[in-house]
Amino acid sequence: MNARWEVVIGLETHAQLSTAAKIFSGASTAFGAAPNTQAAAVDIALPGVLPVLNRGAVERAIRFGLAVGGTIAPSSVFARKNYFYPDLPKGYQISQYEIPVVQGGTVTITTPAGEKTVRLTRAHLEEDAGKSLHEDFHGMTGIDLNRAGTPLLEIVSEPDLRSAEEAVAYARTLHALVRWIGICDGNMQEGSFRCDANVSVRPAGSTTLGTRAEIKNLNSFRFLERAIQFEVRRQVELIEDGGKVVQETRLYDPDRDETRSMRSKEDAQDYRYFPDPDLPPLVIDAAWIARVKASMPELPAAKKARFESQYALASADAAHVSASPELAAYYESAVAALPAGIANGPKLVANWMQGELAASLHRADLDIAQSPVGAAALGGLIARIADQTISGKLAKDVFDAMWAGEGDADAIIAARGLRQISDTGAIDALIDGVLAANPAIVAEFHAGKEKAFNALVGKVMAASKGKANPAQVNAALRSKL
Amino acid sequence: MALPSTTLAGLGAALARGALSSVELTREVLARAGAAQPALNAFVTLDADGALAAARAADESRAAGRAGPLTGVPIAHKDVLMTAGLRTTCSSRMLANFTAPYDAHVVDALKRAGTVLVGKTNMDEFAMGSSNETSYFGPVRNPWNPAYVPGGSSGGSAAAVAARIVPAATGTDTGGSIRQPASLSGICGLKPTYGLCSRYGLIAFASSLDTPGMFAQTAEDCALMLNAMAGHDPRDATSLPRPREDYTRELGQPLAGLRIGLPREYFGDGTDLDVAAAVDAAIAEYRKLGATTVDIALPAVKLSVPVYYVIAPAEASSNLSRFDGVRYGHRAAGYADLLDMYKKSRAEGFGAEVKRRILVGTYVLSHGYYDAYYLKAQKVRRLIADDFQRAFAQCDVIAGPTAPSAAFEFGAKSDDPVQMYLNDIFTIAGNLTGVPGISIPCGFTRGGLPIGLQLQANYFREAQLLGVAHGLQQATDWHARVPAAYGVQR
Amino acid sequence: MALTLDDVRRIAHLARIDIDADEAAAVHAKLGTIFAMIDELNAVDTEGVAPMSHAQDMAMPLRDDAVTESDHHALYQAQAPAVEDGLYLVPRVIE
Repeated sequence: MNARWEVVIGLETHAQLSTAAKIFSGASTAFGAAPNTQAAAVDIALPGVLPVLNRGAVERAIRFGLAVGGTIAPSSVFARKNYFYPDLPKGYQISQYEIPVVQGGTVTITTPAGEKTVRLTRAHLEEDAGKSLHEDFHGMTGIDLNRAGTPLLEIVSEPDLRSAEEAVAYARTLHALVRWIGICDGNMQEGSFRCDANVSVRPAGSTTLGTRAEIKNLNSFRFLERAIQFEVRRQVELIEDGGKVVQETRLYDPDRDETRSMRSKEDAQDYRYFPDPDLPPLVIDAAWIARVKASMPELPAAKKARFESQYALASADAAHVSASPELAAYYESAVAALPAGIANGPKLVANWMQGELAASLHRADLDIAQSPVGAAALGGLIARIADQTISGKLAKDVFDAMWAGEGDADAIIAARGLRQISDTGAIDALIDGVLAANPAIVAEFHAGKEKAFNALVGKVMAASKGKANPAQVNAALRSKL
Repeated sequence: MALPSTTLAGLGAALARGALSSVELTREVLARAGAAQPALNAFVTLDADGALAAARAADESRAAGRAGPLTGVPIAHKDVLMTAGLRTTCSSRMLANFTAPYDAHVVDALKRAGTVLVGKTNMDEFAMGSSNETSYFGPVRNPWNPAYVPGGSSGGSAAAVAARIVPAATGTDTGGSIRQPASLSGICGLKPTYGLCSRYGLIAFASSLDTPGMFAQTAEDCALMLNAMAGHDPRDATSLPRPREDYTRELGQPLAGLRIGLPREYFGDGTDLDVAAAVDAAIAEYRKLGATTVDIALPAVKLSVPVYYVIAPAEASSNLSRFDGVRYGHRAAGYADLLDMYKKSRAEGFGAEVKRRILVGTYVLSHGYYDAYYLKAQKVRRLIADDFQRAFAQCDVIAGPTAPSAAFEFGAKSDDPVQMYLNDIFTIAGNLTGVPGISIPCGFTRGGLPIGLQLQANYFREAQLLGVAHGLQQATDWHARVPAAYGVQR
Repeated sequence: MALTLDDVRRIAHLARIDIDADEAAAVHAKLGTIFAMIDELNAVDTEGVAPMSHAQDMAMPLRDDAVTESDHHALYQAQAPAVEDGLYLVPRVIE
């Protein structure tokens, strides 16, 4: 990026809360139902119906507040945001405005430059709108209100992000966090996690904020990154050409990789917020917060720190195996399956999870939870490496056989006769055979070519079909020569 | 057919002793409603088939030994309440062809109590009015004199009870819409404490003020209705979880020692002389019954009309946004695009008064005006509520006229909204604060129009309020007077 | 705060109510008298007074997170001005 300009980004993230029922009605939130079959009287705003708040949505907001170290408001207020749109049946959205349920908090992200703390402004509860389907219904638009009333937590960051990469790192961290604490399924294809980016630029060194544009509804990390990159370029070029950025809402078009102004919103908005008279203040007492706190899982940062100290893992390894609750659970189960006294066992497990296991899962497009090789099975394989029953090289074949469902490591090793040859007599016999058959290489070695030694080791290993203990082969060969 | 009684309690007793069946009674009520309709226009919809089916079911329940005090008694509901399978219009073109898919809580509660629903009563459109002149289906006429308004917005329910068509009817009270028409029509009308009767299924006008209640001839009948209507409803987040009460329990209690507060603001220049005299006479009657009076001050109450005309339209402007021609209700026949469809559908579907209030509400909430109007009004609302709490430290009930005048002629105030709004000056504070209030008949003007006495008590003191109202009705017979055209037993 | 004719047109647009010039003028006159009455509030000292949004001082009741509703779309859509394939139809929405 142009060094003369500083980029300033704040994100507003909508996380769909994983409740069974909607935020103000008893209708299901399940995705993919036939149109309007999950739109209850409250959701379609029949005359006379009233909203009643779902405790599960509040509970999830409290979990989030605790996870980010924010303040849980003892009393917060739902307001009405008034505007007309066909997917908004009441003509207003119920949303927290002046007093949100979560205030403040921080999210720590990891960037190439190190760790960075991003401040949160707030997180508030609100309801989602329905969907407009623009396929042709004789020139009309179809309205499906199944999504109307789905609970959302809108998480607003301070404008602390300084690049598209930082914005993506923040969004990814937040995405992992909301899944980690079980408040959102994070399914971005289904719109369960989507971001609006407020983007502005200012001359490097300036402390006042430039005029921002808001890019709406970014539902993938790639689009988030590209949209911000485009928008930054657009704003810098505009200003450098003597123009001015106007405060507006823009949409990202992934097909053309550009953002463009939303013309339908040209109408000056005046949302006429006021406290919803149908809903008394949301009161959350200390006892409720304490109950939620007691049910919270170990948070990602705490788990990573514990893995570093408890398992002597390097930061990057600990980060990888604690990246999700499922990965962390797998890791700890695999380590627990190791016999006592294997000093580098935890490290080997981390290596295997990042190596063979990650590659195999990726190839098969599977989650860790769906892995055909379970945590205990992987632990069993690593135990055989650690006790030198098999070599690391053969272990990969054993892993593939385990993946293919041929049984556990011991069964495969026995069935295929892969047990490592550690018998001194057998190794000596192999070496003698190789030395006798390759006098030229032996001569090269004696002439001072160290490479010749490696060639002889290779021949001995090949003669053993890879089963000879490489360390023993090395030592015995050296002494014979 | 001559009926053994026209009160809820009397008809309930007659049904209980087998003097007549619910089917016979319901046929008579339907006949009276039909006969009075051209003169009064009290009903928007009459449901003879549904009523007779419900009456037969009530008679069967009674034969099976399952009958309560209201079983088989015909009543009417204000057309602002949702009634499953029955047209529910709010007296608006917007909902002129709308069939409710569910029952309002109070409708359901009264159904479960065994009442027979004979029809839906006419009202000011979306409950916005004090004269019943804003109904899309034409005005309701006052049974005492058809040249006069019955009051509003629940004018159809008031007229139906005053004309002895039904013994009781539901209403809703947002700024006086039960008490004022009760006063102008010469019957009893109770607005309970906000939150006592669920608003679920009440088509919202101003959510923080809307209160379901009822009309009847006597305080006793109001108590019987309230026994069925009150109760916690988890579908309304402002419905209060409270133990069940028997609201008849203080009927007949002696009134000795009762402290009646007389707010000087209610007895000032704006009140009609006949009204003031009738109210004074009622208070004198209470003194005879052993009550004492105490002068109290409600200084902020004079601000209740401007406060109300900020808060009620603000809430209404938002509540009525759902009427957009998309999912139900009126959609204009021709339009250029979505915006045009919205604008034409709403312009055609709403009447002038409703549109006026939507515009006022939109303005007071709009950017730059919220603090000056809406927030200011909410603060003054608090001052008014504080006034009432100070007053209730000195007295048990507050008494005064329900409205500053008796019924007025059609058109008398319809060109001047502010004059119309001022007719609710004594009732609005009850909605802003949420305290219960009842209007009971206490006399007539020299022109023969009824006058109402308003009694207000602190939150949840309905039983006491009904006991005090009942006391006057034991000592006087104003409530038993019947409009001449409807007094002859046919 | 005097309400102008432009204000009337602006709020009518915000409220999505079609209003022609004659109506706007008539409404403007009536709203003028209403706001003259409302403006009495300006003189009231409300320093330090907490706004009152609800008639009862109560906390929000909460519902359990359970699906209690079933599909009634056919019943509800019987009331709708235009539906097709279970969808409510409106004039084309342009993004």
